[in-house]
Parts: sequence; structure tokens; C-alpha cells
Amino acid sequence: MTTAIAPEVYTAMGLNGLEFNRIVELLGRVPSHTELGMFAVMWSEHCGYKYSRPVLAAFKRYKEALEGSGLENAGIVDIGDGLGVTMKIESHNHPSAVEPYQGAATGVGGIIRDILTMGARPIACLDSLRFGPIVDGEAEPAVVDRNRYLFEHVVAGIGGYGNCVGVPTVAGEVAFHPRYSGNPLVNAMCVGILRLDEIATAAAAGPGNPVVYLGSATGRDGIHGATFASDTLGEDNDAKRPNVQIGDPFAEKLLIEATLDALQTGAVVAIQDMGAAGLTCSTVEMSSKGGVGMAIDLDLVPAREADLSGYELMLSESQERMLAVAKAGREAELIAAFERWGLKAVVIGRVTDDGLVAVRRHGEIVANVAAKALTDHCPTYTNEKRPSAAFERAARFDPGSLPALDPNYALLRLLGHPDLASKRWVFRQFDQQVQTQTALVSGAGDAAVLAPRGTRKGLAVKIDGNARQTYLHPRRGGKLAVAEAARNVACTGAKPVAITDGLNFGNPQLPHVYWQFDEAVRGIAEAAEVLGTPVISGNVSFYNQSDLGEVLPTPLIGMLGVMDDVECRLPLSPPPGNGLLALVSVPFVLSDQRGLGASAYAALACGVEDGYPEEPNLEGERALAEFLVGAASERRLISAHDSSEGGLAVALAEIAVVGGHAIEANLQGEAIPALFGERPGQVVLSVANEAAITWLASQARSRGLELGKIGTYREGTGLAIQVEDKTAIRLEGDALQSAYDYAIPNLMGH
Amino acid sequence: MKVAVIRFPGANCDQDALHALRDDAHIDAEYVWHEDHSLRGYDAALLPGGFTYGDYLRCGAMAAGAPILDEVARFAREGRPVIGVCNGFQILCEAGLLPGALMANAKQKFLCRDVHLQAVNRSSFWTRGVTKTLRMPIAHLEGRYVADPDTICRLEDEDRIAFRYVPGPGESPEDANPNGATHAIAGVLNEKGNVLGIMPHPERATRKILGSDDGLLILRALCAAKAAA
Repeated sequence: MTTAIAPEVYTAMGLNGLEFNRIVELLGRVPSHTELGMFAVMWSEHCGYKYSRPVLAAFKRYKEALEGSGLENAGIVDIGDGLGVTMKIESHNHPSAVEPYQGAATGVGGIIRDILTMGARPIACLDSLRFGPIVDGEAEPAVVDRNRYLFEHVVAGIGGYGNCVGVPTVAGEVAFHPRYSGNPLVNAMCVGILRLDEIATAAAAGPGNPVVYLGSATGRDGIHGATFASDTLGEDNDAKRPNVQIGDPFAEKLLIEATLDALQTGAVVAIQDMGAAGLTCSTVEMSSKGGVGMAIDLDLVPAREADLSGYELMLSESQERMLAVAKAGREAELIAAFERWGLKAVVIGRVTDDGLVAVRRHGEIVANVAAKALTDHCPTYTNEKRPSAAFERAARFDPGSLPALDPNYALLRLLGHPDLASKRWVFRQFDQQVQTQTALVSGAGDAAVLAPRGTRKGLAVKIDGNARQTYLHPRRGGKLAVAEAARNVACTGAKPVAITDGLNFGNPQLPHVYWQFDEAVRGIAEAAEVLGTPVISGNVSFYNQSDLGEVLPTPLIGMLGVMDDVECRLPLSPPPGNGLLALVSVPFVLSDQRGLGASAYAALACGVEDGYPEEPNLEGERALAEFLVGAASERRLISAHDSSEGGLAVALAEIAVVGGHAIEANLQGEAIPALFGERPGQVVLSVANEAAITWLASQARSRGLELGKIGTYREGTGLAIQVEDKTAIRLEGDALQSAYDYAIPNLMGH
Repeated sequence: MKVAVIRFPGANCDQDALHALRDDAHIDAEYVWHEDHSLRGYDAALLPGGFTYGDYLRCGAMAAGAPILDEVARFAREGRPVIGVCNGFQILCEAGLLPGALMANAKQKFLCRDVHLQAVNRSSFWTRGVTKTLRMPIAHLEGRYVADPDTICRLEDEDRIAFRYVPGPGESPEDANPNGATHAIAGVLNEKGNVLGIMPHPERATRKILGSDDGLLILRALCAAKAAA
């Protein structure tokens, strides 16, 4: 088993010379081919977090977990009533670039299994998508066509998998930018619910206990997927198609029911998903977490093809598989639960006490490695950091240099841009209501709201990110993403309680990328601290670049909020009727870039991607969230919608179109900044009458917030906005609706 | 009065249906496994939505051959109430208990949205309580009801169109028919009127918090089941 290994072999697997030497040192010998493959996937960025680990220590709970018992698959939030909520984001960017339907579908499948192996029933999926431009003229025609193809098939893949597996896709976001043309971003998030006394663990225990392989058979698909995820995309994308796994949502649905049934038997000691790096990752991580070893016989693994080598079996990423440790003598209960659902459950080995993962194929030992060597001795790197040129340029942005656009034209342009237009074309392809717990569907609120059975509480969930802001000012971009996600959740009446993040960046070995990553993470960590929303789980995806360039730095924030009574949930637009509109604002001193730096107005209406986003007032955001939660629970609000991309003009237009109202409003200040400036910490409220405004204003004042009436809504259509009593915008309902509702269907041809 | 909610592998609305019946319609209901051979002790059967057997051969085709379907067919013959929702409707068609078929939506895309429904037949077991326009969600890729012209004529002549899609407030007739179904048919009945196949999901519209409780008007017909059977 010790033959010399040529450098081409390990570099092809993604390892460098230093890493290879460390492996030889750890083993005290040259690794076998299978062992080398195991190190390559476990030490890939995807599994090993080589570049991100030092930076992620900025997240308090992550740091504590690293120093304590080790990171579990996802964190858990106690929501009361004996219930916990768990959530996590996972990226599937590279597979989706190559094979969009399966890439996106298996991304959904993987994140659902991550949640399932906590012992939680998956109750909702969300997704965050980035593509290159789909508007003619914003890129080469062939590139636009390719982007539309990717968009169409990624959405179909998410729906094809999520709809079948019976987990509702309740919220998401989509944005477009030339930087994503060669490398789309596909991030899936899953939320699960469990009884706090039934949390499952991934830590193997009890030498002699049987190791049980669960689910679908193993084939050759997805070998080295984790390594593929940790490389850049290039011209050989098509050649990498076999790296992409094929999803079977029917098998996953059975896996969900069988796993939850099996966990109820009490015969399961530990369980983990076989996701990235397949059998390698699950055997190694479960052993490492439990401080034990495993002896595995690969001849017992259910295989789709007879001639799979040990290397292939250990590295395959065939989908819908899990690994469990059962209590000795009780494996039959686990196996029966799986066979009832028509799934395979096979004992493939035993837990051992020597800390070694020992793997046999055809009677020969093909790998014999200390689990801890693979999990704890992965080298970490701290790279050079250098501020990006875009950041240095953006400091000098002068909003006075923007062209003076007619506000009516600018508003229609923003509403009709696929970034801001209605995403109905997307979310109608997703089953949003299966499990019958969806109390506020996509597009109806600033976040989706779930009404889980067994509690009166409501859960608000949201995924959000603004790459333009992060590109131009990564630190603020990180903070703003957290602030906005928290505000969105609070707009439904829920208290923001926890974050999962999805960090999508370029090549971390480039100083400006590493700087963007470091800055954005610090921004997220600071905002999470002030808002009291710990980062409980997350995912890092590097090397998002192709021959068409590197992606914008895209940190995504998945936010969970909890409300005491789900009946108090708020939509973004009031139901049919008449009433008043009020604006509640965090106290704020606008910079001399007037809220137009890094704004949608500058980028999408004026074609200028420049300037800094405003620095959010995080203490004020926290007070705003508390105000919204209080006012919603007192039932003083009819709806709440935050001002974000496109400013108050877009927020008011959305309220008009989504609810079918005629809106009149009067704003203060200089026209363009008042209409389109992206001042953080502003929420448009609808209320019944003046008395409600008086009550709300006193509540707002007591929290240091400003609140005042800005207009009215009534049955009808259309939008009229005055600034300082001068008409700035006057648009018919049809014009608003055709821009907002039909932009994406028109571009996609149906 | 007890309803059998048939549990097939890959169905994903079985739990929703059980909760809707028990918790919201206050009707006794239990799961019955697809491999079982008896519906003894039950008064009605519900075939839930989802993707039975992954819909891999053809929607509902494999479930139509499950052992329990013999008993569902007996219920249909004996005049006991049977309802198939979404994939359950597809199963009933595949099993020959209802005429016609459900084909891919006109726009070839999965579609999840609210629709409005009117009962056409007003006298059957399932529809006699439905006098107002109902609002409830659909969620399907293959929900376009089709049948040969003779069958459609017969269904109309025999008053076996259970529900049609109708425009909601401010909606055009084209937008009202979400999948391009023949004559906007959303649900059909068997000859006796005891078997209903319906594409929209009444079990998803049983509480105001879910957006509508109009589905109860259909499910509560089951309260009268024992007398009818």
C-alpha cells in the first residue's frame, strides 16, 4: 500500500505539496490512493474551511463551538413550548453552473438532509439565486441566452426537488449582475423543527455498535464533488458534468419519513448525512466527533455497479444516503423502519475504540487513518488582505454626478428591472403550502411566516443579501445584510433571533477577495452582536469565478424570527380598504453621498455602480425591531414594509401593486434622495386612523425612533408622491403593474 | 364515521389531510397503508396529493396498482365517499374510477397559486353544501383535465362536473383557468356522485391563518357520510 505518489496525482485532487507532506508526516508513511482521496476531500475548502476558519472565529458562537465540543451540522434555537428550530444554508454554485437542474435540485436535497439528521422535520426551504443579466443588451446575446437557460433550469430544479419531497419553498430572492454570468450562485436554506428532548447527534459512540448505511445505493456520480466545489470554473466545465450528482426526491421523501420513524425507536446512537465527500466525510466526522473509530467493510455497501473501487466508494457523492450508528442488538429496529419505506439499511461496520477509520475492500485494507488527522489537522491559511480598487474608488463618489432623471421614468425602470420586479414567475413554480403551516406566502410579506403545529407561535424566515453594497463597501455590506434581514423579519411582527449565513466569494488566495471576505464577516459579526441574533450555522463557498470574471462578494443572511402569536403576523400591503400610511425611521445622519451610493437608483436607473452604502445605525435597528414586534402584538398595525433597494418610492409602489391600492404620499427633503435614496432603518406602516398614529408615535418616541404620517391608501390603483408638497411621481396602476408584474415573464418568454 | 387517509410512498399531503380532517373539520380519520388489503371499519377514503412513487412512470399510475386500490374500488362501487386530491385525482383516473386524465399544465410549468372554484353539480354528496365561490390553492405540474369530446359531453349531460375554475376579483377568464383544463374543469364525479377527483387542495384551505377555510365546505360533506352510506 506504500508506493510513491507523483505530484501530478495529488495536485489533480486539489492538494498542494505542503499539504501532501503534512499527510505523509501524519501517517508516518505514504498514503494509499484511497487515503489520498479522503484527505483531498476532507481538506478541500468545502469540508476543511482552510481559508475561512481563521476569519469565521469572528462569529462568537462559532468560536465557542470550535473550542468546545465541535460544530454540529447546524445550531438549534429554543423557541419555547419544548420546541427547537434549526436552519442552515448550503451553496451548490459550481454544480449549478454545469448542470443547472440537477445542481440546484441536489443542493436542496443536501440541505434538507442536514436538517433531518439533527432529528428535525424539515418545514421550509428558501433559496437565494444570482445569475448574469437576462435583459437584452446587458451582456452578449449568447451570454444572455445562457443566463436565461440557467435561471429557468435552476428554478425548475429547485421546484422539481422541493415540490416532490414535500417541503414548502416559502421565500427567496433573485438578483442579476454581469459578474455572475459564468458562475451563478445557488444557495438553498432549510428550516426544521424538533422537540428539544429529541435532538439527534452526529457523534458516534460505543465501540462494538453497528454502523448502518441508509438510503440509496452508491454509484459513480459526484466523485470529488467537494473538490470540484473548491476549484474555479473554466473551459472544461462540460468535462466536469460527471462531478454533478443526480437527485431523486422520491428517495429523499422516503428518507425523511424513515429517518424520523427510526429516530423515534430510540435505537439510533448517531446519524449524519452522506453529503459532500460521501462515505469519507460521514465515517470520519462521526468518528472524530465521538472520539472513536470505525471499521468499515465496503463490500457490504449497496452499490449500483459491482466493480466500484474502494476509492470510488469512499468518494462517491451519490445522493439520498445517510450513515447511522445503532445500539448494538437493536439495529433490526432501525432496519425495519427503513425497509417499511422501501429503503435499504445495511450494517457495513462497527464502531471501534482506536480512533482509526479502517476501510476494507475485497478483504484488503484500503485506508487506515486517524479520524482526527482528517478533521483537526487540516492546514489553515491566513492570506494577505488588500482593499479592493472598487472600494477605494467608491469613497470619491459624488451623487451630484448622476444624471437628473425624471422620477416617473426612474421608478418604472427600477420596478421593471428583474432585480426589483415581482418574483412571482419564480415562486409560483414552488409549492409554498405543503405541510399546511404557511401563514404568509412568498411575495405577501417582507418575510415568510410559518404557523407550526403544536404551538401558537409563528416563525418568520427570510434570506437576504446585497452584493452591490458588499462589493463597494464589504464591512457595511455585511452589516446591512444583517440589518435588512432582521428588519424584514420584524416587519412581519417577529423578533429576530438567529442567523445562518451563506458566504459566496471569489478566490481567497487573491488579496482583495480575502479582504472582502474578512471585512464582510466582521460586518456580519458586529451586526449580529448588536441585534442579538447569533450566527448558529453557515456555509462558505470560495472560488466563485470563471473566465467571465469573479463574482461580486455575496454574503447571504438567513434570518429566523419568532412571534408569540402567529395570528398577529403582518403582510407588506394592507388588505382591501382605506387607511393611513406612516413612516417609522431610525435616527440617522445621511452621508454626503445622500443614500445614493451603491443604490439601485444609481446602478439600475443611471448605470453607475459606485459609492458607499450608508452606514446602518445598528442600535437604532434593534429599537426598530422591538417597536415593530410590540406594535404588531398590540394589533396596532395593518401592514409593514421596509424601504430597501430603490428607496421609499419603490417601497410605496410595491405596497400599491401587491395590495391593489391607490396611494398618495408626501415626503420631505431633496427629491431624488427622498424618493430613491437607500437610507437604512425605514419602514412604511399602514394603520386604520389618526388615533393609531398618535399611539404609535409615542411608542416610537420612547424608543428613540421617529414616526409620522406620510400618506393614505384607498381602494383603486395608482401612485402619487409629492416631495415637499411638489408632485414628483404620478403613475397609473397599469403602468406600475405592467412594469412590476410582467418584467420577468416577458424576459423569459411566458 | 371514520375516514381512511391512504398512505402511499411519495405522497406528501397525507399528513396535511389527516390534520385537516381531524383538527379543522373535526372528523375522525386514520392512515391506511398502501399495502393493506382492507378498509373494514372505515366509512370513506381520501387519496392525498403528492408524488406517489415519485410519479416516475406516469402521475398516479403506479399507485393505481397498489393493493389497497381494490378496496377503494369497492367503496366506489358501494357508493361510499371517496375523494382524490391532486395526485389522488390522478390515481383515481389511472385506476379507472373516474374518466379522463390529467396532463401537463398548458404552460408546462409547476404552478402554485390560489384559484377560485364554483360547484357546477349542486346535488352530489360532495357538492350539495357548496353554494358560494371557493378560494383555495393549487400546486401541480400535471393538472390540465382532458377527456375525449364524448366523455366531456357525457360528464356535462350527467351533471358530473363537480367544480370549474372561475375568475376571482379582477381576474380574466384566461387567468382563472390556471392549467388550461378543458372547459375549466377542476373536479369531476363518478356516475353515482360519491367519488370526487379535484385538482385544488381543500385540505390546504381549512383555517383562516392559511389564507382560506373554504376547503371545509367540501371536507365537511363527510360529516354526513354514515347516513349516506
